[in-house]
Amino acid sequence: MPDQTPTPHQCKPAEKEMPRRSFHLAVIYVCNALMGLALAVPTLAYLLVPARSRKKSAFVDAGDISQLTVGTPVEMSFQQSRIDGWRAVTEKRTAWVVKTADNNVVAYGPQCTHLGCAYHWDDPTKQFVCPCHASYFSIQGAVLTGPAPRPLDRYVTKIENNRLQVGPLKISEEAKG
Amino acid sequence: MKDKLQQFIDAVDDRTGIPSGIQHFLNEEIPDSSGWHQVFGSVALFMILVQFFTGIMLAFNYAATPGDAYDSLRYILTEVTAGRLMRGLHHWGASMIIVIVVLHMLQVFIWGAYKKPREATWIVGVILLLLTLAYGLTGYLLAWDNRAYWGTVVTTQIGATVPLAGPYVSRLLASTGDIGVVTFARFYGMHVLLLPPISMLLIGLHVFLVRRHGVAPVPGDELKPKKKFYPEQVFKDTVAIFISFAILFTLAIMARVPLERMADPSDTTYIPRPEWYFLFLFQTLKMFNGPLEIVGTVVLPTLAILALLAAPFIDRGTMVRVRQRGLAIGLVALGAIGWGGLTAAAVRGTPPQSAAAMIDFSGPTQWMQLKPAELSGIHYYKEQNCGACHNVIPGGEAKAGPNLLNTGRRHDRDWMLLHFKAPQATSPGSAMSPVDLNTSQLNDLAAAMAALTPDNGDLISTTPPFAADGAALYQKNFCSACHMVNGVGGKLGPALNGLATRRTEAWTIEHFVNPQKMSPGTPMQVYKFNQKDMQDLVSYLFTLPEKTTGL
Repeated sequence: MPDQTPTPHQCKPAEKEMPRRSFHLAVIYVCNALMGLALAVPTLAYLLVPARSRKKSAFVDAGDISQLTVGTPVEMSFQQSRIDGWRAVTEKRTAWVVKTADNNVVAYGPQCTHLGCAYHWDDPTKQFVCPCHASYFSIQGAVLTGPAPRPLDRYVTKIENNRLQVGPLKISEEAKG
Repeated sequence: MKDKLQQFIDAVDDRTGIPSGIQHFLNEEIPDSSGWHQVFGSVALFMILVQFFTGIMLAFNYAATPGDAYDSLRYILTEVTAGRLMRGLHHWGASMIIVIVVLHMLQVFIWGAYKKPREATWIVGVILLLLTLAYGLTGYLLAWDNRAYWGTVVTTQIGATVPLAGPYVSRLLASTGDIGVVTFARFYGMHVLLLPPISMLLIGLHVFLVRRHGVAPVPGDELKPKKKFYPEQVFKDTVAIFISFAILFTLAIMARVPLERMADPSDTTYIPRPEWYFLFLFQTLKMFNGPLEIVGTVVLPTLAILALLAAPFIDRGTMVRVRQRGLAIGLVALGAIGWGGLTAAAVRGTPPQSAAAMIDFSGPTQWMQLKPAELSGIHYYKEQNCGACHNVIPGGEAKAGPNLLNTGRRHDRDWMLLHFKAPQATSPGSAMSPVDLNTSQLNDLAAAMAALTPDNGDLISTTPPFAADGAALYQKNFCSACHMVNGVGGKLGPALNGLATRRTEAWTIEHFVNPQKMSPGTPMQVYKFNQKDMQDLVSYLFTLPEKTTGL
């Protein structure tokens, strides 16, 4: 609202006009502010609060892991269903699966933690290599060099009868130091 | 500080002219008689801005193709925070705009403000009224539920009866055959791409014309000194806008806008009904049959629109005082009474929709996926008043008995059956009394308890009573012996999922009473129920989903 100089009404005395005028102005400002708030707050919630999800993702079978050897990651693919807005979609996902020395199995998410490129296992150097911006990860998923800010993400996994069951992908913690 | 601000404003004004433009706009001179009766134009403008805003917000979570449109709207209503509010504002805002625009026109008419030289302002206003109705007509389809679909079927068929232009109207709306994806795209395109810019232009023109001619004075007012639009009239406009907005907001929160079943072109029992502001047309149509139908569909509406457009030219008298314009005011009063009467007759004359058609899909509908035994168990849960001592809401208030949401995980069916018959045998010290039901009823109750999980705490409260009662009858009469429902039951008779798409409710009721007549040679026996039981059972069967999903 532009700053206004008071314009006394010609028919009424000016001193009576002033309180009326400031009352009118106060009501205009308060009403508009209230309406603005009543729209702005729900709108922010509407746009920013994540939608309530209908279904927690369950474990899916990713395949036999009895042939895995320690120190050689294998890319395994599986069908995972996911809620995409109003749709339930089933899509192919992949994981780099590694058998560790203590006979555990780790499944890394297939995207570099820098900007989401697909990385691959470079067997001669025994490193995961991202072709986009030259991030290198160890077989433990730790960042060796490059711009990647944190270790590789891991899927929640469990093993049933020598078959790998894959759950949701967990975002890894930022490495300290 | 104040000087700095003023300097800044002056600088902006030198470069853009915007502050002095606003100043000029606010300092418009209006007649001394201006006041509360002139607020409706501002309120209508505000409401259309709210529609633009909420419409854009809805579009952010909406997929404009049939099927997906329905699913995405359902997503907005059930999963997006404040989504129900956004849709409520948009839905009720549409209705309120109609009310306000009509009040605005009535005010202009009664005050005689449409007369020379303000004919153009009036005509643009009438076109804006028609645009408002076009918004309503095109927006109606976008929910893509049964109501939207069947309402649009009727609308487009009316369009097709226009002499000469009919076939072209149908082609324009892509409604020559069935209402389908192309029809939907046309309606959506009109609703969000065509109408908004046209209405913005015309609103601009309308306001420009109001400013050009000035607010109409009342007789004897011309000679009095003028007053300024700001702040006194702005104050009155703001208060009126605030009241309207408060009503709209309350409606959006309190009055649930239902979402019906997804549009089903095979549904032969659905009774289409238009929005309330079109009901008078709907009723008028009923009065003209056969070759005269076109009188109701085309001739009368066209005459009414022409009469509105021509009003300033027909009513050329310079008198503006209400008392001197008895004929004009009388005609408007007659029109209002006629409109009210026709609308009331339409409301009274429409038969009630079936319970199955009225189910609100804007809420949880998990109960539809339940097996008959589980749904029947909910009937006994309510009948035995289990909720008096038990909770089925996560973290609900403390009651005498434990929360039952985890029962299915903790105990098996045998434990539950024993617990129902002799509560103390399984839970020493329990204050529960034995459940007075027979074994098959207890089985159903156990099945319902096993279906409860912490994730579906609203399962019992959102199950409509008719469905639970119908399922209990279904179980009591051993329908499962021959029929399959949601994957459970025999195969001697046909599976009952999707019955609604194959038969009518009347056919089904007749089939219970006289199976041989409806399906000669059927092994089904005669079932006689009282009227409520019959209706519950049939309504339940007609809500069975066509396809069963694993939830």
